[in-house]
Amino acid sequence: MTERGHAPQFDDLEQQHEAATLGMWVFLMTEVLFFGGLFLGYIVYRLAHERAFAQASSHLDVALGGINTAVLITSSFTMALAVHAAQTERRRRLFVFLLATMALGCVFLAVKGLEYAHKFREGLVPGPRFTHEPEQQIFFSLYFVMTGTHAVHMIIGVGVMIGLMALALRRSHAAAVENAGLYWHFVDIVWIFLFPLFYLVGRHR
Amino acid sequence: MIVPRKLTAAVFVALLALTGSSVGAAYLDLGVFNTILALAIAGVKASLVALYFMHLRYSSKLVWLFAGGSFFWLGILLALTLNDYLTR
Amino acid sequence: MKHYLNAGYSVGSWLLTRDHKRIAILYLLSVTFFFFIGGAFATLVRLELMTPAGDLVISETYNKLFTMHGVAMIFFFLIPAIPTVIGNFLVPLMIGARDLAFPRLNLASWYLFTAAGLLALGSIIFGGVDTGWTFYTPYSTTYANTHVFLMAAAIFVAGFSSILTGLNFVVTIHKMRAPGLTWSRLPLFIWSTYATALLFVIATPVIGITLALIAIERLLSVGIFDPALGGDPLLFQHLFWFYSHPAVYIMVLPALGVVSELVATFSRKRIFGYGFVAGSSLAIAILGFLVWGHHMFVSGQSMYAGMIFSILSFLVAIPSSIKVLNWTATLYRGSISLRTPMLYAIGFMGLFTIGGLTGLFLATLGIDVHVTDTYFVVAHFHYIMVGGTVMAYMGALHYWWPKMTGRSYPEAWGKLSALIIFIGFNLTFFPQFILGYLGMPRRYHAYPEEFQVLNVLSTAGASILGVGYIFPMFYFIGSLFARKKIGDNPWGATGLEWRTSSPPPEDNFRETPVVTEEAYDFAKAEEPELP
Repeated sequence: MTERGHAPQFDDLEQQHEAATLGMWVFLMTEVLFFGGLFLGYIVYRLAHERAFAQASSHLDVALGGINTAVLITSSFTMALAVHAAQTERRRRLFVFLLATMALGCVFLAVKGLEYAHKFREGLVPGPRFTHEPEQQIFFSLYFVMTGTHAVHMIIGVGVMIGLMALALRRSHAAAVENAGLYWHFVDIVWIFLFPLFYLVGRHR
Repeated sequence: MIVPRKLTAAVFVALLALTGSSVGAAYLDLGVFNTILALAIAGVKASLVALYFMHLRYSSKLVWLFAGGSFFWLGILLALTLNDYLTR
Repeated sequence: MKHYLNAGYSVGSWLLTRDHKRIAILYLLSVTFFFFIGGAFATLVRLELMTPAGDLVISETYNKLFTMHGVAMIFFFLIPAIPTVIGNFLVPLMIGARDLAFPRLNLASWYLFTAAGLLALGSIIFGGVDTGWTFYTPYSTTYANTHVFLMAAAIFVAGFSSILTGLNFVVTIHKMRAPGLTWSRLPLFIWSTYATALLFVIATPVIGITLALIAIERLLSVGIFDPALGGDPLLFQHLFWFYSHPAVYIMVLPALGVVSELVATFSRKRIFGYGFVAGSSLAIAILGFLVWGHHMFVSGQSMYAGMIFSILSFLVAIPSSIKVLNWTATLYRGSISLRTPMLYAIGFMGLFTIGGLTGLFLATLGIDVHVTDTYFVVAHFHYIMVGGTVMAYMGALHYWWPKMTGRSYPEAWGKLSALIIFIGFNLTFFPQFILGYLGMPRRYHAYPEEFQVLNVLSTAGASILGVGYIFPMFYFIGSLFARKKIGDNPWGATGLEWRTSSPPPEDNFRETPVVTEEAYDFAKAEEPELP
């Protein structure tokens, strides 16, 4: 396939581009339902353990969570700029913004790792080594499972960024960058909900 | 569709401001409205990301259909399950 | 003449192909393999149930047998069979496209499916799983000491394969239809495949996350279902059935599409009420998401929720019966020819109706409490899955075999097998309705002596059914070596897939077809080559 050519099953480049965009949105639909199952679990257990959730949430570090939220939003911003650069075919700029997005993603994961390490030390991992009020365990089960699933998506996203950077050295492939952007922004949206649901419960008490 | 960079930057600033206000609001005692406000702010942020970063605002009806459809089915999952839990 | 089958003979030309037709053949081999694996477990189950005493296997082994029968049949045969074999082959041909929108993704789906199959086989070989195909917690997470983790991983990966196939179909049907092929001109198989693809995309991720949670809970004991940690096993059931009820429609919707094609072709009539038949596929896809709680009537969900789910369950009967009514009306004054595929279609209509109506019994709260976890339920869902899906799959294979291979199957053998399958099926499963109604519970390897006669009948029926399934395998393989080739449109059918040669060329059509008429316009169709 040349830069302007289209794959043989399509009639033209426009049809190919539309198909790629629609395909990504259909994929994101599956992602919404994938995370949806976890959010359902969160709602059910929060309704059942309102007080324990509020207490458990105070073990999380709002500063680190807030910084991470800002980091992720910034990475979404650089991703949007990368899409712009790809659409206007500025390859150097595209490379820089992809690099920035990837780096910010890594910062997010590093902070997340720090937080996990804290939780391990403080005996907040559910199971026999849990040293706090037992009713709070379900909060931390959800915390680890949901932020963990989110982190796995981030790691995949970082991998995609590296692939796109390699591609950007050779040509600017707007459709691929756009689709990666859709994915990255979606993962950002998931975090936008995870942050208040885990870090900001019962702070006013 | 190419979204102007100025608009992208404005959305970015709005997202940061909303994050700050979300943290701030969490320390005020608003009763049940703490949760509602937190989710409302998150909803606005998510909509901004979807509309401008993900170009949903400039997308075809078909893309809207799938974007909306995912929340329709998510709604079914949540509503019919809670229909059980809230009536036990 | 060059076609997709003789385009290359190397192993690589198959394993690295991007041609949807070759990928369909790869899937055909995979799902047939699992059909016989599942069948082997079914055979052992039926053998054990010949006698009231649990004398062939111990109860632990029996638990594994019915679990692996269910897992192999549901996740590795019934769910993928029609979409990935028939759908993969036909979707681009029926809409006049050169391939699916994402051919590499299509091949990746097959590899994921194969990987999932290997994981499942691994789980079986290492000793199997005994949780039932439903993996209910806390047994599956805490108490079972069988290979639940491997099997959950297998189904997770198979789910990925389903999602990518569904995504590919959705995009292809939206974006790649031939000029003039509007939605109201689409063949009904495409409508039902589209509805199925939506179910793949929407429902499958939920089973993915649910089984991932089971796996995480087993591996790291950080789970959200464990009652000891404040979890709720009922949440698992909600999530599980949010997928697994729509999964029933994943199995049966493509079958409904196949039957619509068969009924039209072999009555030589436009399907009665095309719009209603097409719309009812989408209606089933949507309503199918609203009824999952009818699997949980006795699980401890609220009585109010049970009533809501019961009422909603009745709604599914409406689009389902629209289909049966419209097929019947199509037959009326049609020019009917009872070729093998049509025998399967007619068998389907009867068995699907029985399965559907007994489904209404089960949707009724009061009756369900009486027959929950009895053989009545087993009989009901086998009428839908085997009497429905497998019958339609067999009909589809016979109907499109000439298109796939350019060869015809032997008609007399075909009819005989269809008849054997119909008789064997009813003899196997009809007694189970009675057994269940009399109170025989499912999932036990021993039973009171008064149930023996009906159980022996059922086992006898199963052996007849087995013979019926083995015949086609031999004559289909045999037909490949037949010298006699068959024409491009042996049935005188409408639809774009019959306008290209048999087997189709690699890029499907020598020139892009243009559609100018409605679907099933038999006034303009060719006369059948096979009367």
